[in-house]
Formats: sequence, C-alpha cells, structure tokens
Amino acid sequence: MSEWMRVCPLEEIPKLGSRVVQTGNGDIAVFRNGADAIFALRDQCPHKGGPLSQGIVSDRKVTCPLHGWAVQLDSGEAVAPDCGCTNRYRARVDKGEVYINLSEPK
Amino acid sequence: MKKARLVVIGNGMAGVRALEELLKLAPDLYDITVFGAEPHGNYNRILLSPVLAGEMTIKDIMLNDVDWYAQNGITLHLDKKVTQIDRVRRKVIAADGTEAAYDRLLLATGSNPVMLPVPGGDLPGVVAYRDIKDTDEMIEAASHYRHAVVIGGGLLGLEAANGLRLRGMDVTVVHLMPWLMERQLDRAAAGLLQQSLEAKGLKFLLEKQTEQIIGTSMLPPLQGEGWGGDGFGAVDLPHPHRTHPHPNLPPEGEGTIAPPPSRGRLGGGWVDSLPHEREGARSSRVTSIRFKDGTEIPADLVVMAVGIRPNTGLAEAAGLHCSRGVVVDDTMQTYDPRIYAVGECASHRGIAYGLVAPLFEQARVCANHLAQLGISRYTGSVTSTKLKVTGIDLFSAGDFMGGEGSEEIVLSDSFRGVYKKLVVKDDKIVGGVLYGDTADGSWYFQLLRDGQNIRELRDRLMSGQSHLGNSGHQGRSNAASMPDDMEVCGCNGVCKGTIVKAIKEKGLFTLEEVRKHTKASSSCGSCTGLVEQILASTVGGAYQPADAGRKPLCGCTDYTHEEIRKAIIERKLKSIPEAMSFFEWRNVDGCAFCRPALNYYLLCAWPHDYRDDPQSRFINERAHANIQKDGTYSVVPRIYGGVTTPAQLRRIAEVAEKYAIPALRCTGGQRINLLGVKKENLPKVWADLDMPSGYAYGKSIRTVKTCVGSEWCRFGVQDSTNMGIALERALDRMWAPHKVKLAVSGCPRNCAEATIKDIGIVGVESGWEIYVAGNGGIKAEVALFLVKAKSAEEVMEYAGAFIQLYREEARYLDRTVHWVQRAGMGYVKQRIVEDSAGRKALYERLKDALRDEKDPWRERAHGFEAQEFAPVRFNRNNIQGGSHERVDEGVPA
Ligand SMILES: Cc1cc2nc3c(=O)[nH]c(=O)nc-3n(C[C@H](O)[C@H](O)[C@H](O)COP(=O)(O)OP(=O)(O)OC[C@H]3O[C@@H](n4cnc5c(N)ncnc54)[C@H](O)[C@@H]3O)c2cc1C
Ligand code: HEM
Ligand code: SF4
Ligand code: FES
Repeated sequence: MSEWMRVCPLEEIPKLGSRVVQTGNGDIAVFRNGADAIFALRDQCPHKGGPLSQGIVSDRKVTCPLHGWAVQLDSGEAVAPDCGCTNRYRARVDKGEVYINLSEPK
Repeated sequence: MKKARLVVIGNGMAGVRALEELLKLAPDLYDITVFGAEPHGNYNRILLSPVLAGEMTIKDIMLNDVDWYAQNGITLHLDKKVTQIDRVRRKVIAADGTEAAYDRLLLATGSNPVMLPVPGGDLPGVVAYRDIKDTDEMIEAASHYRHAVVIGGGLLGLEAANGLRLRGMDVTVVHLMPWLMERQLDRAAAGLLQQSLEAKGLKFLLEKQTEQIIGTSMLPPLQGEGWGGDGFGAVDLPHPHRTHPHPNLPPEGEGTIAPPPSRGRLGGGWVDSLPHEREGARSSRVTSIRFKDGTEIPADLVVMAVGIRPNTGLAEAAGLHCSRGVVVDDTMQTYDPRIYAVGECASHRGIAYGLVAPLFEQARVCANHLAQLGISRYTGSVTSTKLKVTGIDLFSAGDFMGGEGSEEIVLSDSFRGVYKKLVVKDDKIVGGVLYGDTADGSWYFQLLRDGQNIRELRDRLMSGQSHLGNSGHQGRSNAASMPDDMEVCGCNGVCKGTIVKAIKEKGLFTLEEVRKHTKASSSCGSCTGLVEQILASTVGGAYQPADAGRKPLCGCTDYTHEEIRKAIIERKLKSIPEAMSFFEWRNVDGCAFCRPALNYYLLCAWPHDYRDDPQSRFINERAHANIQKDGTYSVVPRIYGGVTTPAQLRRIAEVAEKYAIPALRCTGGQRINLLGVKKENLPKVWADLDMPSGYAYGKSIRTVKTCVGSEWCRFGVQDSTNMGIALERALDRMWAPHKVKLAVSGCPRNCAEATIKDIGIVGVESGWEIYVAGNGGIKAEVALFLVKAKSAEEVMEYAGAFIQLYREEARYLDRTVHWVQRAGMGYVKQRIVEDSAGRKALYERLKDALRDEKDPWRERAHGFEAQEFAPVRFNRNNIQGGSHERVDEGVPA
C-alpha cells in the first residue's frame, strides 16, 4: 500500500532545517539536508523524547536540542556511543513537493 | 596497484594506537602485518594493576582482540618475537623463521623491566611486573605463598605491593631511598603516603640495599650493587654512589624548560645489568632476601620494580641510531626514513617517555605521516604523575622539590590528611605535589604547562579552583576515596561507579571520551575536576588534561578558534560554507558545536554584511524563546532595568489569559517569564505583547539588574536604576560568545549583587566602580576590579569597550570569566584602562555593530521565518484511510 502524503513544497523546509508534521499519532519531523535529501523521523529523541525537529542538522545527522544526542537521519538510530532508535519513515521529493509515507515505519 | 606494506613490531599500546589512528586517516593505504612477542591481542597494560588487585580480569582489559585485526585486514603474528631486521632486503625475521617484507616499518617494542644483577636474581619466584605473564605469576604465587617482597618503592612497586596485599599476602616494600616515590614526591607527602599504606597493611623497609636473594640452593654472592627503586614513568638507574635523589639536576640535551624527573624520562647513564635469564631453570625457589646491612627477611615471591629500559636491542642490531631509545625526529621517523618508532622504545629530543599519554600523542603524529599527510609534529610532552588503585589521591608534576630561586606555597592539614605544595618561580608554577585532595591537580598542571603568570591568582591558589563556590557535588574533592554509588555529575545523575566502569570496560583515556560515554561533566562542567580525578585514579598517568593553549574549534577541524577568527577577517570569509571550505572542514556541514560558533564569529566580524544562519543556531536562538523540557517555550520580554508600568503588566496579564499560558513567574533577572507557550503561538504572543525580546534565550545580552538606588533608597549615592536602563538600552540585541549579565548597585551595600556579574557597577560617592568577569552560576566567581569611572558616560565607554573586547577575542562559549582567566586581567586593563584610544575604538565598534540589529520578535510577529513556527497538519482519518492527499490547514496566520 503506498500512502504517500504531500507535506509542502521543498522550499518551505530550509536547507539543514526541518518542518514538523502533526498527525493524529504524534509529530513527525521532516528534515532537509545540505544536499537536499529529505528524511522523516518520529519527532522524539530516543534519549528522553526531545523534539529532534528542533535540532541542528548536519550531513545525515541531527543533534537533539535537549541533551545533545546525535541521531542518524537515514536510520533513526542514535550515533555511538549513545544507543537507541526512533521510528523512521519513507520520504521523497517529487516535482518540488515533499512527500512522506507513514504506512509503516522502516 | 599493489598496496604498500607496513610491518609493525610490537603489539602493545603505542603500536596499535598508531594503527588505529592510521586506519582512521587512510584505511586502505597499506597491507599491514603485526608481530607481537606476547600471545595476546593488544591489552591495556596500565590496567594490570587493577587485575593484580582483583578488581578486573584479563578479559576486561583487552583493547583490541584478535577479531579486530581480522576485521581490519591486518595479518597478526602472535607469540612471534622478531629477531632480525634486514634493512637491505627490507624484511623482518621472527624467531620461528616467519618473514615479512616491508615498505614502511614501525618499531613499537616498548621497554624491558630492569632486573637487579644480584645473586639469586634468577631464582624461580623472582619476577618483574610488566605483562600478563608476570601478573599471572604473581596471582598464582599469592594463592600458594605468604611472604612477598617488592623491591622498588616507586609507582609500579607500590601498585604491585598494594595488589599483592589485597590478595592476602604479607607484603614488604624495600626501597633504597630515604622516602617512597622520591622522584615524584617530597618527603612530607611521601610520609603521608607511607602512613596510609601502612594502615592498609603494607610494610616498608627504607634505605635498604638488596645484597642477595636466597633460595633453597644458593651460590655465594658475586657483588653487591645498590639500585634505587622506581617504577614506570621514570627510569634513572641510580649510581651505586648516589645517596640522595636530585630532582633539580637539569637533564642534558634539553631545551629551555628543564624537565623535572616526573616527566617520565628514561635516562641517566646507567650500567646495563648483567646478562640475566628471567626464566630460571633451577627447580629451587626463593626463600628469603638479604640486605647489605646483614638483615634478612623471608620471601616466597620477589617483585623487582626498579625501572625499565627502552627495548632497542633489535634496532641496534640493525644499525639504527639509538641513544637510550631509538632516536626519532618530530615526525617519529628514525635515522632510516622507512622506519618509524613510537612508544617507550623511542627517544625523542633526548627523552623516552614511560607514560601512555605522550605515547598516544606520538602514535597520532606517526599515523599522520604514515598516511602521507605530513602535517603533524610531535614536540614533546610535559607529564604528570598519579597513583592509582590504592584509593589514595596523589598528584605530582614538575619540579616539586624547589630550591634556589624558587619559593614554596604549602598547605598541610593533618586532620583532613591533606598536603599541598606548589613550587613557584618567577611568578610561575614550576611544580607541585598534592596529597589527599587532588581536585585542583589539573588546574595547577595547566598553569604549569602553559607557563601562566600566577601573580594575580596567588592568594587564591591554595584554596583551589574547584573549592570556590562550586555547586552540584556536595563539595567533594577527593575522588579516589569516594564510594562508588556517590553522585559525581549532578546534572546528568552519574555516579562514580558508572564512570569507573565505563573507563575500564570501554578503555577510555580522555575527558572527552568519558563525557561521550557517560555524559558526566558534559553539561555544566562543575564536576570536571572530579571526573578528571576519577580518570586519573583509574588509568593513572595515562590521563593528561588537554592542552588549553591550542584548542581546535571542534572535531571537524584542527584549527583553533583564534586561527579561524583571524582568517575570517583577513580572508574576508563571509559565510559558513566559505569558512568551512577555506579550512577544509572534515565533516560535511560541520557539527552542532562548530556551526553556532562559526555563525557567531562571522556575525561579530561582519555585523552588517553577514547573513545570520538560523539553521546554525541552537533552537532557543532560532525560535527566540527558551525550549522547555516538554517541548513548549518560555517568553521573557525585556523590562529595562526591571522598571515596569501598569500598562505593561496589564498587557502581559491579557496575553497570559488569551493564550492560556500555564505559568507566570518572576525571573532571577527581574522580569517576567511566561512559561509553557506552544511554539506555533509564539509569533502571536509576541505581536500581542508588543514588547522587545528579552534575549533570555541567547548567547547574548541578558539583563542589567539594578537596585532602586539614590532616587528612593536612603543609602543610595548613585542613580543605579537609570544607569542600568541606559546600559541595557545600549547593549540591547547584542550577541556574544556566551550570555552576558550586568548589574548596577547604587551603593556598596550592593543589593543588585553586581560583583558576580560579567560586568558589575557599584555606585560610590565619587562615581562608579566597575568590576568585570564575575559569574553567579555553577561556579561562583567574584568579579575583579577594573577601574573607577567618574560619570555615567565613562561607565558606558568602559563597559562597552570591555564587552566588545570580549566579543572579539573570547572563544565561543567562553563566559567573560573564562576568557579573562586565560587572557589575564593585566592584559584586559592594558586594553581597556591604559589604552584610551583603543578603548574608544572598541566602544565605537560595538555601537556600530548594534546599530541596525532588529528586534527579532517584532520581525517574526510580522511573518519573518514563518515556516519555523508553523507545523503542517495531517488529519488522522486521512492517514488511516490511505488517501493520497493531505488535509492542508495551511500556514496559521
Ligand atoms: C603494571 C603497570 C602499570 C602501569 N600503569 C601506568 C599508568 O597508570 N599510567 C601510565 O601512563 N602508564 C602506566 N604504565 C606504563 C604503560 O603501560 C606503558 O608506558 C605503555 O604500555 C608503553 O607502550 P608501548 O607500546 O611503548 O610498549 P608495550 O605496551 O610494552 O608494548 C610493546 C610490545 O612489544 C612487544 N615486543 C617487544 N619486542 C618485540 C619483538 N622483537 N618482536 C615482537 N614483539 C615485541 C612486547 O612483547 C610488548 O607486547 C604501567 C605499566 C605497567 C607494567
Ligand atoms: C539552557 C539552560 C538555561 C536556561 C534556559 C536558563 C534560563 C534562564 C532564564 C530565563 C533566566 C531569567 C533571566 C532573565 O530574566 O533574563 C535565568 C537566570 C539566571 N540563570 Fe539561567 N538558564 C540556563 C542555564 C544557566 C546556567 C548554565 C547558569 C550558570 C552558569 C545559569 C545561571 C543563571 C543565573 C545566575 C540567573 C539569574 C540572573 C540574575 O540574577 O541576573 N543559567 N536563566
Ligand atoms: S545597593 Fe545601596 S542604593 Fe542600592 S538598594 Fe542597596 S542600599 Fe540602596
Ligand atoms: S532527549 Fe534528546 S538528547 Fe536527551
């Protein structure tokens, strides 16, 4: 089942920034990195649930604003030595629009 | 193309560290072969002490197991001792005939323990303390025998003695010198040490010279020779006629800084010991030991811990230049350009180091050259000594004996069992010994190594850095004696036991590593001193505090804050990508530390040209509000000087009701905090408040706290309220390396607590006193007097100039106090007080920088950066129903 949902035009997410998507099941953070790759993670840090969307993005990582864990954007996994994982969803850009697919976490 | 071949001889701490560093830099450059004489992977040799003490097992101390070599494609020859280097055919040959050809060869053969050439020295039951085999032998002996004698009262000997005692043996330490660890301690500290070790059940025989070790069948004595006990860290085999240690003797072949004995120097012309077989073939066993004075004590185990000698036999046989170690240059290259050497076997600028920290530094440099980067140099290390395992806090560095031309500052508190001595020469610390309380060891060591002038610190030196107004760990300062379950890091709730466990199990050596793995000391930093001590008491001298003088900005670059700031101006770098590409940043986009720093440096250098990058700011500064632990935000509007009006208060009340703001409170900076605002409501709250941002969230001007002052107060001599308002208006919207807080009091009663602020102004009859670099946070620091000003205008100029100097010269995340401690108050006075033209120029630059800063709330209330505050909403049914379209509620107005 493909449940791609349109989020917003790509330019509404700043480079190295994010956008929060509110769903009935909690917030999703949609990130755009310096190379315009798009990632979607549950907006909850594996440490103590901090809002990852508010962190600093670099390359394929985001640093949580609360206690500085780094989380891998493409896997949702915390960067060693920290250990933990947040849900990760599929995301893509099509004709300048950002889509995410919440059907199942990857 | 075929890969170049790298062969490593010596599978120990330095050699393998060099390989690890190399693999980080150039994983595919070489085909690597390693020879190790021991039958084990690389293990953490320094943790043999806790193994002997029964606190750890061999398994716990492995750093690189055999799998690690396989995973990295390294050919490993264990239990194979290399016996020949053929430099002509460029190959090495091991005892069993195994050969390996090399293009580059790395020697990391470590040291050999020195065995006293006394009769009976080769009896079974006489061991050294160097490797797993020795340790196993000692543990084995402890389970069968009773009497142990350790020859050598240095670090190694004491750790051995302590371990054997814990294993139930009756242990006597025999030492040639009049006091223990004479190369690291003065007599007073050594006395205290001896007392507490005696309380643990150890026995000591000082000024005893071993004549003969006696076994069940003995030959007559050949000769008697006196040997001083010593341990790792320093070997200087004593001359037979030496009666007194002489730490002040400047060792030959050194630069300007005379390295003190505790620099881990292996030196001093010793006579090589007689040829000696460690595995004695005789079946008899040691039974006693006899001294020159004719006395004799029983011994079933004798541990020789009298020193180590660089293991250079192989290199010498191959014709490499050796002089108390294989001689290397600053790139760790030997006289044969294909051959490098690192570790205890290497002699760099006349010094062979016997501690892990300098060896790791050598490994890093060597790897850089092996990786053909060629940009790194090793210029020597200053080391310090700590005793581990025994539960005693002990620290020593530099020239701790003092003497002609130097003075001593001594604190001796026999009730607390604390002894501290600092040796000062020409206003600089040249050495010191700390016993019982080593919390400030790292600080003193830093002052020593940086050669910092301590004149101004002098009266505070002894009470130490960590004792003044520190909060968060119950004032504890003695790490080794702390119980395991005691909390060390109040911020992150980390106990001592957790830290020790991580250090041991994960093989951590640096503060950074401990911070990463345990989070201890990673927040407020007030427990840093304790964590450093725990590191020191766990890994001993392997821990050396980082060099404060040259601090790279972060892991993304090797350039320092200062180098980067300079280049930003000189090279006219005006964006983060430009700066990163100019300095060849290692990580794409940098990291969460360097991006905000660069953003600030660029902003400070180019106040009008640089476009602030919101994505390189921490969330609080991007959202212009403080994120709270539940993800909501707090809003603190500016209330100049703490003076408000009914209209303002009414507006705040209305906004609070309209947006159902759950909490209102007064801040410590005398203004009002609206807590629990949803991010998406921030622009609306700001619009309705119609007050300027209070910048309570930023590395920026915070508040200027004031007291009522002469307008109302019966004591007041100056109008502190209006002075404060004028300052707050002038500094409004100012970004800085860290937060900046001011306060103004109307008289010396100082109700505004001005003397713990970055700038504190205190009114007196004839004007204003200006204090700077105070701090009221985690670590209270009293502000230092800068100058007296006669008028409000002068106050503005001095304060403004001081702040601009801080903005231009401090490192990002330095509070004023950190920067002033590094730069020195003398320097600050010179720039701000003495150089009046310079002061005016600084003040002008500050005014210029702030001239067109806009109020961030007002901008955002009018739609700037709207996407930051506007979430996209999906409808729940929509997701479950599987529709392709989202229900777009659009961007909230
Ligand atoms: C009990 C103990 C406690 C210590 N505590 C501390 C401490 O608290 N702090 C601190 O800083 N330092 C401490 N040290 C010192 C520290 O362990 C050494 O400085 C460090 O291990 C030296 O590293 P290296 O690589 O130069 O030598 P090593 O680690 O000794 O490695 C050399 C290796 O090369 C092998 N080798 C030698 N010749 C050959 C050959 N011809 N062919 C093949 N292999 C060969 C050896 O078998 C050995 O395995 C301690 C040492 C001991 C023994
Ligand atoms: C992210 C962490 C922090 C947040 C969000 C925060 C927030 C605040 C806020 C909102 C105020 C009110 C100040 C004002 O009115 O402007 C305040 C005051 C204060 N904060 Fe913090 N703070 C933090 C960390 C710290 C730290 C690390 C220290 C110590 C170094 C500190 C020391 C103080 C002090 C001493 C005051 C009182 C100021 C005064 O009396 O003038 N804070 N803080
Ligand atoms: S500091 Fe002096 S002037 Fe200010 S309130 Fe206190 S007593 Fe009054
Ligand atoms: S919640 Fe993310 S680091 Fe703690």
